[in-house]
Amino acid sequence: MADLYIFLILLALGFTIGTTVEKRHFRSLIRREAEHADLLLIASKLPTPDLKISESHLVGGNAVISVDYFKRFVAGLRNLVGGRMNAYESLVDRARREALLRLKDEAKQLGADMVFNIKIETASISQSANKALGSIEVYAYGTAVKTARQ
Amino acid sequence: MQLSNLEIVPGQRIVKHLGLVQGSTVRAKHAGKDFLAGIKNIFGGELMAYTELLQESREEAMKRMVEQAEAVGANAVVNIRFSTSSVTMGAAELFAYGTAVVLEPRA
Repeated sequence: MADLYIFLILLALGFTIGTTVEKRHFRSLIRREAEHADLLLIASKLPTPDLKISESHLVGGNAVISVDYFKRFVAGLRNLVGGRMNAYESLVDRARREALLRLKDEAKQLGADMVFNIKIETASISQSANKALGSIEVYAYGTAVKTARQ
Repeated sequence: MQLSNLEIVPGQRIVKHLGLVQGSTVRAKHAGKDFLAGIKNIFGGELMAYTELLQESREEAMKRMVEQAEAVGANAVVNIRFSTSSVTMGAAELFAYGTAVVLEPRA
């Protein structure tokens, strides 16, 4: 019986705190993305030849985001029937956007105005043997350049 | 040392290729941080301890790559790539590699 209570308390905690944290994170992501809107991220391999580039630096940003207890439980149920896993979709979305924002922060500090060849890498971090997808790490990197735009 | 994940460095000319250079590091987190992360796992959200740990490890891997590039007499590493793999439970390998080159400013 005690086990069941602990399980229910964990579910409730995971749901309430997890949802609040996620909402706050999404609000902050939207706000900071608007602030960084002037920095161009370009996935192409090479800068176009007409750009006058004075400096280039390697920049990167990473984020490790963990899923909450409630979502892990819901995802476990979802695993039985298959289909879209909303719980994990928002997790990877948050981690990617956060990592890209950190990359933009670093690029801005260097005074860059464009970042080329963005690569995004995702790795899952196993907490222990039985919890496979506890949290994920996203690392985004690219080459920030200073240009003299006409 | 000029680092770039492009194949070229804008405004510079590659005069010599010195081959592949690489650096890697395998890291594990300590038990205290692991315990805190376990608690954080209930509530969700960012695991700052891991974020920092992985960033530090990546810098270490890069440092080793740069040392190797310096040893062969390069002044830049281009086309840098990173990769992460988990070796055993609780430890991760961070790997950085690229091509060491000698650059010269374009006249």
